[in-house]
Amino acid sequence: MAETAHSEGGLVFHPLDQFQIHPLFGDGPISWYTPTNATLWMALALLAITLVFVVGSSARALIPTRMQSVGEIMYSFIHNMVEDVAGHDGARYFPMIMTLFLFILFVNFLGLLPGSFTPTSHIAVTAVLGFGVFIFVTLLGLYKHGLGFLGLFWMKDAPLILRPIIAVIELISYFVRPVSHSIRLAGNIMAGHAVIKVFAAFAPIILISWIGVIVTPVSILAITAIYALEVLVAGIQAYVFTILTCVYLKDALHPGH
Amino acid sequence: MASTTTEQASEGASGGMMPQLDFSTFPNQIFWLLVTLVILYVLLSRVALPRIGGVLAQRKGSITADLRAADEAKQKAVDAERAYNDALARARSEAGKIVAEAKADIQKDLAAETVKADAEIAVKVAQAATALDEIRAGAADAIAIVAKDTAAELVSALGGKAETAAITAAVTARLKG
Repeated sequence: MAETAHSEGGLVFHPLDQFQIHPLFGDGPISWYTPTNATLWMALALLAITLVFVVGSSARALIPTRMQSVGEIMYSFIHNMVEDVAGHDGARYFPMIMTLFLFILFVNFLGLLPGSFTPTSHIAVTAVLGFGVFIFVTLLGLYKHGLGFLGLFWMKDAPLILRPIIAVIELISYFVRPVSHSIRLAGNIMAGHAVIKVFAAFAPIILISWIGVIVTPVSILAITAIYALEVLVAGIQAYVFTILTCVYLKDALHPGH
Repeated sequence: MASTTTEQASEGASGGMMPQLDFSTFPNQIFWLLVTLVILYVLLSRVALPRIGGVLAQRKGSITADLRAADEAKQKAVDAERAYNDALARARSEAGKIVAEAKADIQKDLAAETVKADAEIAVKVAQAATALDEIRAGAADAIAIVAKDTAAELVSALGGKAETAAITAAVTARLKG
């Protein structure tokens, strides 16, 4: 570690190295099926979800254990969100939305473990999620309402002259949705992790220079603060992604404004 | 650990770009993401969510049932209290009635006894009055006899000749006062 630091002229600044994807076994090229660190951390998220939701609830206890209680709280939370935002007929899509929420939440939180890897910091992952939701919701809207789904872009309560203009704006904003939906998640997670890494790179400065007497405690404090913020962001981004999915679902089910 | 870090560092340095924009890893990430999501969806929709939903519904049901049972029990308690109060009131009125009856009986007996006793007393008083009258009459006769005898003796002692008829008339007159 120290050797590398000196070779780079004192400090190591590679805040993006933590996002590197590498094969779990060996050092070959990454083909589409190679198990990588991304695979590992997605699998760990799956395992954690299984522990809480399948093993935790296996007793089906009327008076729940702590683990079962956690599962029940998350279940009620998302179920209420789907019903409140997307309406009663949105409850059919509750398992899908729960899958998205739990995947993002657990991957985000596991990514906060030191030395771990966060699949949701990759645009490839969040774009699949975001565009997946977009395509699903659009097809669902067209299937349910046919061309009536296009009424989503035609504001009936706006003045007639403004309607075509608003329709164009609405159309653009509709197609920007998946982009913002996926970049918001990846951007937030990536930025937070990168900032922590930058401060972490400043922390060992005390080994090199006397100025570290000040810089090291400050950067350690900063890591702590950013970490706390990241814990918040991990939950909030999962929540935001889920509630936006519910909003888009509502648009597909009830395109009338 | 140290070796992998160095390796990654050199990789990152040689790549010189964000790993997020390394398109060569995209098929791999997307493949494993889809695998994870499919497994997760099946796991949740087939096992976890129906189970938790069932438990929540069951709990709601049992809470409702418990509340209903509690309501029923309360109603029962209220009914029991009302029945108790009714019985108490009935017993009270019954007791009152019995007391009144007993009182009336006693009154009746008392009146009868009083009448009987009054009659007996009246008889006794009458008897006593007759006896007293007899005695009084007897005493008056005796006094008249004694007075006649005494008067006759007195008359003869004073040297007179006692005339029975005259003496009897005198004494009788005197006795009449």
